[in-house]
Amino acid sequence: MSGLRLLFRLVTASLRAQAQYPGSTIMLTIGQFLGNAIEIFAVWALFDRFGNVHGWQLGEVAVFYGLVHMMFAIADMACRGFDVLGTDFLRTGDFDRVLLRPRTATLQLMGYEFRLSRLGRFAQGLVVLLIGSNAVGVEWSAMTIGMALWAMAGGIALFFAIVVMQGAVSFWTVESLEVVNVVTYGGVQAAQFPLSLYSDWLRNALTFVVPLACVAYFPILLVLGKPDPLGTPAWFGVISPLAGFIFLGVAFLAWRFGVRHYTSTGS
Amino acid sequence: MSTIDVMRPYTALFASRFQQMFQYRGAAVAGFITQCWWGGLKVMIFAAFYGASAAAASTAPLSLSQAVTYTWVGQAVLVLLPWFADPYVATAVRTGAVSYDRLRPIDFYSLWFIRAAGWIAARVVPRAILMFGFAAILLPLIGLRDWSWQLPPNLLAGVLFVISIALALLLSSAMVMVLNIITAASLNSRGINALAVAPTMLSGSLLPLSLFPDSWQSALILQPYAGLLDIPLRIYFGVFEGAAALGGLAVQLFWIASLVGLGRWWLGRVLRSLEMQGG
Repeated sequence: MSGLRLLFRLVTASLRAQAQYPGSTIMLTIGQFLGNAIEIFAVWALFDRFGNVHGWQLGEVAVFYGLVHMMFAIADMACRGFDVLGTDFLRTGDFDRVLLRPRTATLQLMGYEFRLSRLGRFAQGLVVLLIGSNAVGVEWSAMTIGMALWAMAGGIALFFAIVVMQGAVSFWTVESLEVVNVVTYGGVQAAQFPLSLYSDWLRNALTFVVPLACVAYFPILLVLGKPDPLGTPAWFGVISPLAGFIFLGVAFLAWRFGVRHYTSTGS
Repeated sequence: MSTIDVMRPYTALFASRFQQMFQYRGAAVAGFITQCWWGGLKVMIFAAFYGASAAAASTAPLSLSQAVTYTWVGQAVLVLLPWFADPYVATAVRTGAVSYDRLRPIDFYSLWFIRAAGWIAARVVPRAILMFGFAAILLPLIGLRDWSWQLPPNLLAGVLFVISIALALLLSSAMVMVLNIITAASLNSRGINALAVAPTMLSGSLLPLSLFPDSWQSALILQPYAGLLDIPLRIYFGVFEGAAALGGLAVQLFWIASLVGLGRWWLGRVLRSLEMQGG
């Protein structure tokens, strides 16, 4: 069986397992939808009171917000195995069994628990994106749709990479690191507003350290058809989502180093 | 029996749950780092909005420095919010351990209530101390006074704030008790997690309630969740002072009494039909 087909099998098995508890899955999905929807409500309240902020209007922020939530939702669906590696695999010794099977650990962990409830966040992002883009008159042509998809691809790679790195670190810490939430959930929080609102140090961190701005801010400016108030040339947004894939490459190098370092807990 | 003797099992319960939960210091440190980042981001967003329009900023019901302080206090007591049922209850109901609790010669509602209060307090206290050290002491020391947690304008406001935040702990415990009772009745704690958005939004944790549209204000301040964070902070800033501060405390007391009343009545009904699990 080819790798892709096997992954598909694992994912279907995981989805079937969740379908056994439809009530629970539906409630979790609704929880994801509402839990995130209240954030855009707070953004609306701020715009309602203060008006446009440094040349940005609510609809434009909604486009950033929607796309960032959608890319994170998809990455979050597929990365659960790496997220809980420390607690569910390393501490229990189950990772030994993963290594014994004649398939890569990456493939098995990706298919480990494919969480359907994340569709709640995705749907919420999509609704906000559509309302926002309609409000500011984004023209959905082949070019803008392509740009949005390209940004999303880079973003999914980036968020997935962050969690893979978290998994790699857990070979040393043997637990799941909550601190990574700063870059995942915190990253979503940071990237849902335009970069130009932040101080210099945070802009640089979001561009060069964890390149969230490269998958969100710069390419989405092209979707909005808006020049960067910071003066970055437009072509940069076309190539910048590549940074997500470069980050993913680095993450897998770290991952391989971690796997080689692995010693079983023996329990 | 003196009052001390009557209270003793309850204070012991609170102390033991507090000490037990206090062991999870690693989780508190991880949570603290996440909350510093969260708080920092929110502060930057507030600064951008307040800086964008001088006219709107001058008429806003909170000044920027109050919004910044609000953010840090909100992060410090974030885990005060009643998001989940006490995990102890779900386990006790599923394994049948609830029958031991029923046999204890003390009031059953109070038993669970005090356990919940100890559980919440033990998670709040270490995080609040760390956050105060970071936002109120460290930030001014490194020259970021504008971004720091400011002290209340006078001593009285500070004292009333301490009373109000203690009431917030009782209010949160009463809300957790309602979630506990739902868990006991349905033998399942997952479904009610979808309700977790209400405390986040309506307590002011997401955005200070006074920044929502002006026409909503009286409804926002009277609803039960305001007593978890927004009322204590209005007292802290001296926005509520004198009679208004007492009014804020009265709103908190009203909701504590109502929710405890509801909880006692409902728990009585649930326990009459509760089936013992396990063996």
